[in-house]
Amino acid sequence: MNKSISFRQAFFTLLKRDLRIAIRHKGDIFNPLLFFILVVTLFPLAIGPDPKVLSRVAPGVIWVAALLASMLSLERLFKADYDDGSLEQMLLSPQPLPLMVLAKVLAHWLLTGVPLILVAPLLAVLLHLDDNSYGALMATLALGTPVLSLIGAIGVALTVGLHKGGVLLSLLILPLYIPVLIFATTAIDAAGLNLPYDGHLAIIAAMLVGSLTLAPFAIGASLRVSTN
Amino acid sequence: MWKWLHSYADPERAYNLSGKLLPWFAMLAIALIGIGSVWGLVFAPSDYQQGDSYRIIFIHVPAASMSMAAYMGMATSAFIGLVWQIKSADWAAAAIAPIGAVITFIALITGATWGKPMWGTWWVWDARLTAELVLLFLYLGVIALYASFEDKVLAARAAGILAIVGVINIPIIKYSVEWWSSLHQPSTIRITEKSTMSTEMLYPLLINILGFAIMIGAITLVRFRSEILARNSMRPWVRILAKAQGVK
Repeated sequence: MNKSISFRQAFFTLLKRDLRIAIRHKGDIFNPLLFFILVVTLFPLAIGPDPKVLSRVAPGVIWVAALLASMLSLERLFKADYDDGSLEQMLLSPQPLPLMVLAKVLAHWLLTGVPLILVAPLLAVLLHLDDNSYGALMATLALGTPVLSLIGAIGVALTVGLHKGGVLLSLLILPLYIPVLIFATTAIDAAGLNLPYDGHLAIIAAMLVGSLTLAPFAIGASLRVSTN
Repeated sequence: MWKWLHSYADPERAYNLSGKLLPWFAMLAIALIGIGSVWGLVFAPSDYQQGDSYRIIFIHVPAASMSMAAYMGMATSAFIGLVWQIKSADWAAAAIAPIGAVITFIALITGATWGKPMWGTWWVWDARLTAELVLLFLYLGVIALYASFEDKVLAARAAGILAIVGVINIPIIKYSVEWWSSLHQPSTIRITEKSTMSTEMLYPLLINILGFAIMIGAITLVRFRSEILARNSMRPWVRILAKAQGVK
């Protein structure tokens, strides 16, 4: 009798489990989103309500806020599982660790990245973003936020065993976020000037492919270090 | 060959070997940096365009190139430590990190001092400058992560993974001047073809680059030795060593 489950089954079981847990703790989904909206609202108050200035800074503001929000939400990616021991069970299971990790990161992106993408156009309206830039904004967010989740998960996995990982986490992963930020905002700027921006998108897509293939291994290795 | 190499993974032998190498590295570094700096700062001709202020490149270029080389050295030893579980390699990585951070800082500061008279500004958000700043943050992240674990074996492994992930930044720095041709000038030293720099300026620069590399090697050896002692303080050979020096 073959009792072992296939890779696909393991992947989707873990994905469903993570989604279900998150839906039962709704605050985990809404807090990063509220944080994102609040940070973006602070900028017109701080810079002044001039539409010209706002439309100039809008891509950067939305992206920096998205980056901070996704970083904040990363904290709980492995924390609860680490505390109640289920993370150790995952490490001990016969399924390949990179696959399990990928399921967890995908669940995290579905719960925090996707709502961010959905709410971004609304905030772009509030910041008077150029009409041409909406497509670029959505495309960069759609390609870029999974990269943020994947790279961030490495940092979280490294610091999950530490008691005060919060500030350290930002020190570790913000430098690695910079390339995504640069290419995303230049793509939106280019779109605002009616220039082609598919080159920028291709680079972000390359980052996505690269981190999708390599990051799960780094996350897995980091988790093994953290749980020892 | 591998067996011979592996015998130096033993902390005591690594400690003794690095102790023997240290004076040679130190003397060679002092000699090379001395020759290169005096030649570069005093005897090399002034630049027809930049006058004498170009001379800061004799510090800036070695520091900048070594900041990347030190990172690669750190990542390589972290990789060796991670894959073959050799603790000495982990200690070597931990020993290089602060040195790399300082040399990166020197590269940034000298670059800014050079930029003020030449570009009229201390800092621009140019691709190479920004990437070099990110390199400094990566070094600081590795140091912070290493410091925040109580268990130094775990600390070395965690910091090692971060160091390996951060290698992605090195090609970005290297090619930033070619991908984004902005304010920072492209490289003038070529390995495969003729350098676009007059030889009177090139030789002292190359001597200084080599000198900086060996200086980093020397400082790494000092830190490596103290790291070995700190991690092996309970071993009998360290106690004998301490007694012999009359510390106890």
